[in-house]
Amino acid sequence: MKAHRANAEPRWVRLLLTGIALGFLGLFLGLPLIAVFIEALAAGVPAYLAALADSEARHAIMLTLLIALIVLPFNILFGVAAAWAIARFEFRGKSLLVTLIDLPFAVSPVVAGMLFILLFGARGLFGPWLSDHDFRIIFAVPGMVLATMFITFPFVARELIPLMQSQGKDEEEAAVSLGASGWQMFWRVTLPNIKWGLLYGVILANARAMGEFGAVSVVSGHIRGETNTLPLHVEILYNEYNAVGAFAAASVLALLALVTLVAKSIVEWRMQKETEMLEASLPPEKTE
Amino acid sequence: MHMNNKSHRVLPGFGLSLGYTLVYLSLLVLIPLSALLLKAGSLSFSEFWKIATAPQALSSYRVTFGSSFAAALINAFFGLIVAWVLVRYPFPGKRFVDALVDLPFALPTAVAGITLATIYAGNGWIGRHLEPFGIQIAYTPNGIVVALAFISLPFVVRTLQPVIEDIEAEVEEAAAMLGATRWQTFARVIFPAIFPALLTGFTLAFSRAIGEFGSVIFIAGNMPMVSEITPLLIISKLEQQDVVGATALAVVMLVISFIMLLTINMLQWWAANRHKGART
Repeated sequence: MKAHRANAEPRWVRLLLTGIALGFLGLFLGLPLIAVFIEALAAGVPAYLAALADSEARHAIMLTLLIALIVLPFNILFGVAAAWAIARFEFRGKSLLVTLIDLPFAVSPVVAGMLFILLFGARGLFGPWLSDHDFRIIFAVPGMVLATMFITFPFVARELIPLMQSQGKDEEEAAVSLGASGWQMFWRVTLPNIKWGLLYGVILANARAMGEFGAVSVVSGHIRGETNTLPLHVEILYNEYNAVGAFAAASVLALLALVTLVAKSIVEWRMQKETEMLEASLPPEKTE
Repeated sequence: MHMNNKSHRVLPGFGLSLGYTLVYLSLLVLIPLSALLLKAGSLSFSEFWKIATAPQALSSYRVTFGSSFAAALINAFFGLIVAWVLVRYPFPGKRFVDALVDLPFALPTAVAGITLATIYAGNGWIGRHLEPFGIQIAYTPNGIVVALAFISLPFVVRTLQPVIEDIEAEVEEAAAMLGATRWQTFARVIFPAIFPALLTGFTLAFSRAIGEFGSVIFIAGNMPMVSEITPLLIISKLEQQDVVGATALAVVMLVISFIMLLTINMLQWWAANRHKGART
């Protein structure tokens, strides 16, 4: 550390750069965050609470939670399976698979939503069949679930693949050669090792699932009280010049963002501690 | 270290996990993407070209890519300073500030959109102070740059932080001992070392920005030929039941997304291998 100080920048440069960095972040990130809450409370606390107690707002909150609850288990299962296959085995086309998993990050949310319209929309590939069987996907909740799944598809896998690759497979191989069954190995060795990374991925995926706008907007049809998630509800109220209502709903999402940031920091801190503990405890274990 | 021969495959679950991965990936991602290509395939090339290069489409590309490029440049500049300060200088509340950097990833884009539009409007907290100078942000193409810079800010910072942390003190000391001024050390030693990461962060930010929709539509004003981004043009074509037109534009966006993804992979490979080369 002292070595750094010996050839560090002059004091005024350090102060200037720190000032620019903090000023930029404060103005660019801090101010909008504060503005959400101030705008939401602009007409007083009663108006704020009334805006949240509105039945459409409550429905939007419930739908947002419901979609996240459906989407996350699928993507968790996929993330664990993909990470297990990729980090533990060698097979041809592995790097292609890793690239394909990243694909939804590269696709514009609007295009993502559109994909499902092309498949399930009234004039889509399966549209006629769906309408014959009286089953709606587009402009209904199933389409919103699919679009959200697509958007949040890579999150868990992306966290777990590098984590499991760095951990190596020695512990699991030891468990199996000592007679553990596959599930025993998974629950007792793999899962405890990856739990923080898994949680980290789930936190990110959840934030995105609950906050997704573009993809869900394309497939939702904006039917009030039916296919409005909280972000879509924000849009509708804002376009109706109902600023208090829009920012009240937005403040719920901003709170979610803050919870996400705190949870993320805690998990990051736990992961760091765990790696440090692991590094500290590894040498004696090996000599035993 | 690695005993990856098939004969050493002691761990169970390869077939199950890879099978599930491939099925889920196909159902959710690959089949929908092929539906898009299939739909595009129903167009002849001249029809496709006509839609993809219509004046309104061309102007939407200009707005989308121009604003994304400007936003990524802003982020490259400020992101480098932020990452540098976060890694190198101690100051109170650093952990809080470090966590705040991820806000744009956690804050839903619609919330960012309405908030930025409100702050940068002519009577908003920031817009009010810019208006006397004749600078308008909200409801002009400038607003798009602000929104895109907001949502893509974390990419540059998060890509640079670990790389700046990894710079070894000895390298800087050696440069100083050989008589380099601090600025020379930065320009000739540090900057070249972090440049691949900076470029990767820039490209990640750019690629995220070109697809962005939620935050932009609230602040852009959305005037055709002036401040209309390509994703919005796709949506308005969908709303006019012009699925074919929307498909053609979606294919353009998709091709560009693929190119960006490949570029990012190549940049990351370059950054990783340069590092290796320097170490050995």
